[in-house]
Amino acid sequence: MTDILNTLALIGNFIIVPGLAYGSQLALGALGITMVYGILRFSNFAHGETMSFGAMATILITWALQAQGVSFGVLPTALLALPFGILITIALCLFTDRLVYRYYRSQRAEPVTYLIVSVGVMFFLGGLIRFIIGPNDQIFSDGTRFIMKVQAFKEMTGLSEGLAIKTSQGVTIITAIVIVTLLFWFLNRTRTGKSMRAYSDNEDLALLSGINPERVVMIAWIITGTLAAVAGTLYGLDKSYKPFIFLQLLLPMFASAIVGGVGNPLGAIAGGFVIAFSELIVTFAYKKVLAYLLPLSMAPEGLMQLLSTDYKFAVSFLILVIVLLVKPTGIFSGKTL
Amino acid sequence: MKKIIMAAAVTTMLAGPAMAGDAKIGIILGYTGPIESLTPDMAAGAEMAIAEVNASGAFMGGSSVTGIRADSTCIDAAAANAAAERLITSDKVNAIMGADCSGVTTSILQNVAMANGVVMISPSATSPALSTIEDDGLFFRTSPSDARQGQVVATILKDHGIKSAAITYTNNDYGKGLADSIETNIKAGGGTVTMNAAHEDGKGDYGAEVAALAQAGGEILVVAGYLDQGGKGIIQASLDSGAFDKFYLPDGMIGESLPKAIGPDLNGSIGGLPGTDSPGNAKFKDLVSGFKSDGPFVPESYDAAALIMLAMQAANSTDSQSFKGKVMAVANAPGEKIYPGELGKALKIIAGGGDVDYVGASAVELIGAGESAGSYKEIVIEGGKFTTVRYR
Repeated sequence: MTDILNTLALIGNFIIVPGLAYGSQLALGALGITMVYGILRFSNFAHGETMSFGAMATILITWALQAQGVSFGVLPTALLALPFGILITIALCLFTDRLVYRYYRSQRAEPVTYLIVSVGVMFFLGGLIRFIIGPNDQIFSDGTRFIMKVQAFKEMTGLSEGLAIKTSQGVTIITAIVIVTLLFWFLNRTRTGKSMRAYSDNEDLALLSGINPERVVMIAWIITGTLAAVAGTLYGLDKSYKPFIFLQLLLPMFASAIVGGVGNPLGAIAGGFVIAFSELIVTFAYKKVLAYLLPLSMAPEGLMQLLSTDYKFAVSFLILVIVLLVKPTGIFSGKTL
Repeated sequence: MKKIIMAAAVTTMLAGPAMAGDAKIGIILGYTGPIESLTPDMAAGAEMAIAEVNASGAFMGGSSVTGIRADSTCIDAAAANAAAERLITSDKVNAIMGADCSGVTTSILQNVAMANGVVMISPSATSPALSTIEDDGLFFRTSPSDARQGQVVATILKDHGIKSAAITYTNNDYGKGLADSIETNIKAGGGTVTMNAAHEDGKGDYGAEVAALAQAGGEILVVAGYLDQGGKGIIQASLDSGAFDKFYLPDGMIGESLPKAIGPDLNGSIGGLPGTDSPGNAKFKDLVSGFKSDGPFVPESYDAAALIMLAMQAANSTDSQSFKGKVMAVANAPGEKIYPGELGKALKIIAGGGDVDYVGASAVELIGAGESAGSYKEIVIEGGKFTTVRYR
């Protein structure tokens, strides 16, 4: 019995808790991508940098708050700064739309043109961010670091394996739940949300029924900016904020959106968790797990690792390829790419 | 346009030939990149040697030496090659003090220094591969090979009673060379290495890497990485998940920024970096003002620059092909022992036809193809500070 509990603690510590946090971050990012794809009908490659921009804005305001002596008790001050970060990111999204995307909308440009334009926006934003905050690691988390420490867990349960839950992981999961609930309530229950879904399903019919397209686009950008700022800040809080990282995140986020079915918000969330957990499960070494579960004589000598952690990103690629081959519309049947 | 070109040409001509014996030394270190917090002090060490030689007025009949900095980036070989190329072709340096990290050092040596026939003395490239590399007699280092560091790590761990260790290394020439050397030596000493795996620098999240290491287990985690990069991420993730609470930090991981970033959880971890308690080192510490004299590779940088200038003096030439054969002669016995602050005296002895045995700040003794024999300083982290335990 103890062996099974130990195994659970082990898996919880190294797979479930980090997977839930990473999955929530990916899901929020993928939701932003899916939102732009659903309403504006293009793959927004600038989304990673938008997240980075949101995190940067939040960090700068966090520093300002910390300098004023403001703190949020056990929770990170960044949560207080987040609403301001969201507003700044929304302003950025609306500004780029006004300056860049609106022109191509009026030209009725092809999706490929949009995609290239978004790559341009991505490079510009990346440069701007490095210009403002620099390319280095920024540490901005404060408050209590852990909800549950390994040592405390061991003493509490008497198990030999510990379970650590970082405050940032708890905050990530709870914030993600709140944001996603609000988003679904908005899309399914409000008039504006319904008009957006109508616009996404069939643009011409929506226009005929009197929906104002510019208003729908504006709200889509507001939602995207909010999601990006929240996702970027949570990732930065939980891991570390470094501008370069967000370029690497683009692949797993797109994979999440496509795996779940691009354009489908529910799919983006499912996709985020599928990608996060498969990265962790495939690269985990099962030596100790098997040692607990199997009789002593059968305990493995090797690491029992399926794939070296070097290939972590290859996992998202692989899942992406399999999904595109077997079910191109994604798990929840979004739009075919 | 024409006027601008004319003006440019005139300025170049004016700035061009100074005195015939004047020497230029390129100081190529990673001022940006994963060891950027270490390099300013290293460069300052080299520049201190240059300033000392200039102040003595004894260098090649009163000529002067200029140091010119260039950025090796530590990891980007293409950028490092371009920087070295610029130093040699445009700044016309006579020798290079550098580079710092093993990968870029190898690249500069093979692609730029050998092609142009310029001597390189690295203060900090420690990859074992550099011991046997084809170098036309142009490459030396005042740092020991990691083959030696591997022995030292194994001995320190054994003395602490640690029998099993997991190793993670930064995925490049330095990390791989050091990790393999550590593994071989631990096994030779009867210990076990539970896992020896690479990590990539510049990632946001090292949870998966640490998870694998944690499953392999071990009493200590040897982090053969960089303190401003993945090494820090690995340690943070290990502490967060309770995977390891004790770490061994090789030379690339030792710097004030690490305990500052990690906090009190790092206390009790151990490490080692090239260092010596020789009288030369104490003299060097007394001489230094304005930068940290006990940082990793700072004494070695002073020595590398000093060796270049002494060799030039011995050959009475700033031409690499002439003085490359003199480096070993000035570094090793026989001759009068030379400590930091005595470069002027050494230059005069050489000019008078005498022999010198340069000891310098890091007890230089070049062996093999021209690398330091290597003494190490064992350290422990106490109260967020690196405390020296002893020298090995």
